[in-house]
This record gives sequence, C-alpha cells and structure tokens, in this order.
Amino acid sequence: MSWDEILQCTGIIARYLVPTLKIFGFTLIFSIPLGMVVALLKMCKFKPVSWLVNVYILIMRGTPLMLQIITIYYAIPMMKVSDSAFLQNLFAGVDIKSESYQFNALIVAFALNYAAYFAEIFRGGIESIPKGQYEAAAALGMTKTQTFFRIILPQVVKRIVPASSNEVITLVKDTSLASAIAYAEIFRKAKEQMITYSNLTPLFIAGLFYFVMNAVLTVLFTAIEKKLDYYK
Amino acid sequence: MAILEVRNLSKSFDGFEVLKDISFDVEKGEVVAIIGPSGSGKSTLLRCINQLEKAGGGTVKVCGMDLIADYKNGKPVYSPAETLRAIRLKIGLVFQNFNLFPHMSVMKNITEAPVCVLKKSRQEAEKTAAALLEKMGLSQKANAYPCELSGGQQQRVSIARALALNPELLFFDEPTSALDPELTGEILKVIKELAKEKMTMVIVTHEMAFARDVADHVIFMDGGVIVEEGTPEQVFGETKNERTKQFLQRYNNDYK
Ligand SMILES: Nc1ncnc2c1ncn2[C@@H]1O[C@H](COP(=O)(O)OP(=O)(O)OP(=O)(O)O)[C@@H](O)[C@H]1O
Ligand SMILES: [Mg+2]
Repeated sequence: MSWDEILQCTGIIARYLVPTLKIFGFTLIFSIPLGMVVALLKMCKFKPVSWLVNVYILIMRGTPLMLQIITIYYAIPMMKVSDSAFLQNLFAGVDIKSESYQFNALIVAFALNYAAYFAEIFRGGIESIPKGQYEAAAALGMTKTQTFFRIILPQVVKRIVPASSNEVITLVKDTSLASAIAYAEIFRKAKEQMITYSNLTPLFIAGLFYFVMNAVLTVLFTAIEKKLDYYK
Repeated sequence: MAILEVRNLSKSFDGFEVLKDISFDVEKGEVVAIIGPSGSGKSTLLRCINQLEKAGGGTVKVCGMDLIADYKNGKPVYSPAETLRAIRLKIGLVFQNFNLFPHMSVMKNITEAPVCVLKKSRQEAEKTAAALLEKMGLSQKANAYPCELSGGQQQRVSIARALALNPELLFFDEPTSALDPELTGEILKVIKELAKEKMTMVIVTHEMAFARDVADHVIFMDGGVIVEEGTPEQVFGETKNERTKQFLQRYNNDYK
C-alpha cells in the first residue's frame, strides 16, 4: 500500500473509533453498577437468590461472549417469526435492521457478560475486608448503609483496581466482537479495507488503535493505583 | 446505681454452650476486670452485651435501658431498634487488634462516628478529637494513617475513637494482647488514667498485675461460667477456689 492509501485507510478506520468507544463506554456504564448488584445478590443469605445469581455468572463466564452476542441479537428476530402471535405482536415494532437495534443488542450482551466478571471481582473485594471493620463500625453505631459506603466500599475500591483494570483492558479488545453481527466499528472496517486492498496493513492500523487506547488506560490505572497508595 | 446489669445471660454456638447463666453488675465509675483461660467466653460475653453476637437467653440492662428485657419461647426478646441503637452509643468497644479504618487518617477515624452517627458538625467533632489526641499523647499524628503508627499508637487512637462518642461505659477486649511487651505499658497507662477520671470500664485482660492494680472488681471466668468474683484482694490474694488458684499459678511470674 502506498502512503496515501495508508493515510486514507487510517482516516476511514479512525472514523469508526466512535462506535468502538461507544460500546466500550456504555458497557462500563451498565456493567459496573449491575456487577455491584449481582455481587450483593450473590452474597445474599436467601439461598435461592444466590443460587440463581451463581447460575447466571457461570453461564456468562462459561460461554463465549461472541455466542452471547449472536444469541441476544437473533433472539428477537427469532421470536418475530415464531408461531406465537403474542411474541410476534410484542416485537412487531422492533426494526431489527436498524443500527440502534444492533447497538442495543450489543450493549445488552456486553453489559450482562461484563457484569458477571465485575461481580466476581467486587465480591472477592468485599469478602476480603476483615470482619473487624464491620464490627468496629457497628460498635460505633453506624448503620449498615453507612458502614458499606463509608467503611467497606472505599477499601474495596482500592483492592479491586488491579483486577478491574485487567477487565477494562480486555473490554477494549473485546469490542471487536461486535463485528460478529456486522456492527460497523474499527475492526470490521479494518477487515473490509484488508479485503479491498488485499493487504494486511489495515489490520495493523486497527491493532495500533487498540494498542494506543490500552496504553492510555494502563497509564490511567497506574495513576489511580498510585493515588490510592496513601494507605495499606 | 448499676450502669450495667446482666442476669442469667447464656449463649451457644451450634449447640455448644459458651456462656452459661452469667450474672453480674457494673456500677458507675467502677473498673471491672474479667480474667480467665482462653476459650472461657470472655470475648463472647462482651460481644453479646455489645450486640455483636445475639444472646441465647437472659436479660441485660444498660444505663437503665433494656437491651434484653425478657425471654420468650426459648428466645431472648430484644428491645426495639432505637433502644438498641441508643444502648450501642452508651458503650464504647476497644478491640484486641484495634480495627482502625485504614483508609482514614487518625483524625477522620475519630471524627467519623460523631459526624455521621451523632450528627455533630465536623468542626465540633474535630475539636473533641484534638483534645482526645492530646490526652493520648498523639497530637502530632492527627493526619497520619493507621499503617504509619505503631501498635501502641494505633490502640491509643482506637481508644480515642471510642471515647469520641462520649460513652458511659468502655469495654476493652484484651487491649494489649496484640502488642509487643514494651508497648503494653503505654496502653495500661492510658487505661489507668481513665480509671482515675472515674470512667466506667470492663476490661478483659491477661495482664494479671494490671488487673489487680487497676480493677475495683475482678471476675474470673472458666468454661462459660463465672467461677469467682470479688475485690482484687479476694480473687488474687486469698482465693479458696481451686480453679482460680490453678489459673493464677500459671501467671505466677506475672504478679508480684
Ligand atoms: N463465632 C463463633 N462460632 C463458633 N464458636 C465460637 C465463635 N466465637 C467463639 N466461639 C467459641 O466460644 C468459646 C469462647 O470463645 P471466646 O472468644 O469468648 O473466649 P475468650 O475467653 O475470649 O478466649 P481468649 O482468651 O482466647 O480470647 C470458644 O470455645 C470459641 O471456640
Ligand atoms: Mg477473647
């Protein structure tokens, strides 16, 4: 490829940075709070709840994200052509060809999947806080909510930063799985360009984009870890 | 006036009776030392009164308020939540391993509960905290984090933290057991100082010489029961009880 072509190709791929970042951002926005809820439900003393949550986590972590994306994406089209009139009507208004449907399906799949991973990280973090912290807070008259938000959570955050940063970095790379349902983002565009030019360079360009994003994130997480290093 | 009244308190863990029929009073201004071998139920006793464990039976009254007033269908009847909360604030608890909040400065450790539980202004809470730190000889350490302090300093912060809520009653569960011998003295000094100010205290300790010295009343527990109680002279000096004698003999080097 000539320099001109490389430049042009980079421009095209760069334009699809936005969809990639959208998947990344929305997944984090939904999966982190959801993961927190899932973690708390898993620690719930009412067995059926924690058991159910456990099944959810096992499925999400035990099957490929690509499979989950495709399953969720095709779930509604399948229901639209099912025998049940109820299901047909329920989803009659959904335009499965639209980009927004594609995107929503992606975010549902990513958020459900990442919530399971975050939940396990959060649970590990919460359970690693010594019992004495809860007891000290209780002896000082703090309520359960105060104890959780003022005493436990800040300590959990520090403990889960390293594991969470791994997940976030994996997520950057996982956004490329959106190409499985033909959603236009960096990876899909790069692949198209590769075929157009019969040349691997577009893939290297896409790789460079992922690499730079993760380099930035690594610097960011290192800074956060350093910031939280004021106590042991 | 008895500030703490415990009657027939019992507690089991999975059918294993850890406390059996415990009854005792603590008067205002009194220092009570609880001694006894490991596993005799001393911590469990403090924890039941402090609501960190649920009692199995008996009644407990703190500062005239019922913690457990009654016993029905084989279960103790606890007072409503507000009463339990009020009682909690009457009792300060100092742990063996301090349990300071590692992510908060010394100042924040002490002011957190006054601000978020008693709803005091931060300014007021910090003033109280500064005075307490001064008393503990830790004025220089207000902005330090617990990990930067020695064990003895951490324990003094945790005492200040408990005192910041202005409790009527202070519980210590082996406050020096996690400390090097040379740091034990500084904590014992603080407790003695508090005793002089007529702070009501219940102290679980293995420091026999200290218990003898500071306590007005000594309770010797073994196997979940109070085997013997009385003045330090009665328990340490002239006990007729074989179990007490046996126990004290092991600490012979400890008290002169
Ligand atoms: N949470 C628990 N679950 C089950 N058993 C417990 C629990 N806490 C305490 N025990 C048991 O209750 C008994 C009394 O324990 P406790 O901690 O009150 O003794 P202690 O007198 O404080 O001993 P030490 O001097 O070693 O601190 C022990 O046999 C202990 O194993
Ligand atoms: Mg104990």
